[in-house]
Amino acid sequence: MTSGIRFDGVTVTYGSNTVLDSLDLTVEPGEAMALLGPSGSGKTTALRAVAGFVRPASGRVLIGDRDVTALPPYKRGIGMVVQQYALFPHLKVEANVAFGLKAQKVPKGEIPGRVAEALEMTGMAAYAQRHPRELSGGQQQRVAIARALAIRPRVLLLDEPLSALDAQLRSGMLAELARLHRELPDVSILYVTHDQVEALTLADRIAVMDRARLQDCGTPQDLYRRPRTEFTASFVGNANLLPVTVGAGGVSFEGVSLDVPVSEALPGAGATLCVRPHLVGLGPGPNALSGRIAEVQWRGSTHRLYVEVGGHRVKADVRELRETPPLGAEVTLHFAPDDAVLLSAGVGND
Amino acid sequence: MLVHSRTGRWTAWALFAVLFVPLFALPLLVILAASFSTHWSGAFPSGPTAAHYTAAVRGESLQALTTSLITAVTASVIALTVGTWAALAAAALGKKGRRVLDALFMLPVAVPSVVVGLAVLVAFSQPPMLLNGTRWIVILAHTVLVTAFAHQSVSAAIRRLDPMYEQAAASLGARPSYVLLRVKLPLLLPSLNAAAGLCFALSMGELSATMMLYPPDWTPLPVLIFTATDRGSLFTGSALAVVLMAATLLALLAVSRIRTRASYR
Repeated sequence: MTSGIRFDGVTVTYGSNTVLDSLDLTVEPGEAMALLGPSGSGKTTALRAVAGFVRPASGRVLIGDRDVTALPPYKRGIGMVVQQYALFPHLKVEANVAFGLKAQKVPKGEIPGRVAEALEMTGMAAYAQRHPRELSGGQQQRVAIARALAIRPRVLLLDEPLSALDAQLRSGMLAELARLHRELPDVSILYVTHDQVEALTLADRIAVMDRARLQDCGTPQDLYRRPRTEFTASFVGNANLLPVTVGAGGVSFEGVSLDVPVSEALPGAGATLCVRPHLVGLGPGPNALSGRIAEVQWRGSTHRLYVEVGGHRVKADVRELRETPPLGAEVTLHFAPDDAVLLSAGVGND
Repeated sequence: MLVHSRTGRWTAWALFAVLFVPLFALPLLVILAASFSTHWSGAFPSGPTAAHYTAAVRGESLQALTTSLITAVTASVIALTVGTWAALAAAALGKKGRRVLDALFMLPVAVPSVVVGLAVLVAFSQPPMLLNGTRWIVILAHTVLVTAFAHQSVSAAIRRLDPMYEQAAASLGARPSYVLLRVKLPLLLPSLNAAAGLCFALSMGELSATMMLYPPDWTPLPVLIFTATDRGSLFTGSALAVVLMAATLLALLAVSRIRTRASYR
């Protein structure tokens, strides 16, 4: 049986409100796809359409080769993990994990082995006899993952699974999820998150969503280094977006001529130059821009500088400075030509 | 305690005593005192005796107590089943349907119980539905009266129940009937339990509708208390009232013990 998920023009509406606008997206068998976007971008709706909790107004959802658009959730063969764990409070950990197996009438003799296997996989075997309320948030989430894996789903849906955990636990769980993904090469994973770090760490590909639409889709490296839209550039990695003009003589920003790669023939008018803050350096160099310090934030190992360059704020993340420049000080920033990406204006901004 | 100053705390306790003692405690204490006496002409009762109790736990009185218990248990079980079923159905109906169903089930509370008694009497005194003269007409009236409360408290609990449990169960491959049996009902158990206690207590004390309906061989305890005091046997009536109170309290206590064991969160 093949896994994989396909959205085929899926539109979901609530009344007159379109929350998901004709989504076309394919998650390959065994692939981990992150749906990344701010709240209200439609990412959770897309996941719920796969689970069967929302019915698309139009379009089809396929799991493997099967059209599941009209199937009730319990016939879809999916594993799902949500932000609030949703463990059954009246059942012990063991019974929680066995729930799906019993519901699907898996032969009785097989159940204990599969429960143990799932608990082993998430490192929760020692807690089988506890009730969910006796576990910490991270442990509960592990049980929830074990419960979803016990039914050996073809597709695993993760809806902001780490959002309720504190930062330290989150990075640990992130590593665990990455390990599970490696150990389960046949399971397709759809991972909904608003956190770019989670998406960049876990996903084979990232689908960036905004305002009910798919904005961009590609590998993490691809999206980070060569974003195709302004939204992707700013949402993934919080890039500087500088309005530039492209003329015969090259690209210029605020009257300063810049040396950046112009990949395709762009119209003579406006374009946006995208530069990551951590690739902007302080001091003279290629593509030098001078401006005044508007704000300085100390972030431990780095300083984030906001520099006013001709009416635009340029963000620069530099290694921790010995001496913080005073506000209003005149400074020069620079960036390497290869670190900039030129976006034609208006893409993804409809 | 939210009141922090010492005088504030004393004032709160004093206010509580002034309101609680005369309104709730004293009348019950008076009944308790009366049930152990033969005369009450002065400020305090006199002629202490336990004879009323020896009479209250045998013969006609014992019969009335078991009648009340059977009626209350039967009515509560039916009410809980019907009320829960309706509440679950209403939750699936959507907003409009739920409102209509809620209103229908609240009707017996809005209508005076005497009217409910009369309605049941008129409706079931003719064939083919001839229940008048049997115990079933009493049980039916009690069921009608308490179902409203069962329905209301269960539907409130269903509204509080997070849909994520149901969805998690469905995603694990559980069909709706399995979800109902293994997830929803167990999670609703504490509320079902509380509703059962409420129904039982209401049915144990029901008098006005029962008065219009009871056949001679199915006399619940409240009716016996009423007829005793009506005859002027105040002290016998008091002893019966204490027995009714004790039986109801004991049952509620037992139910609440199950409840604490069944609550998870």
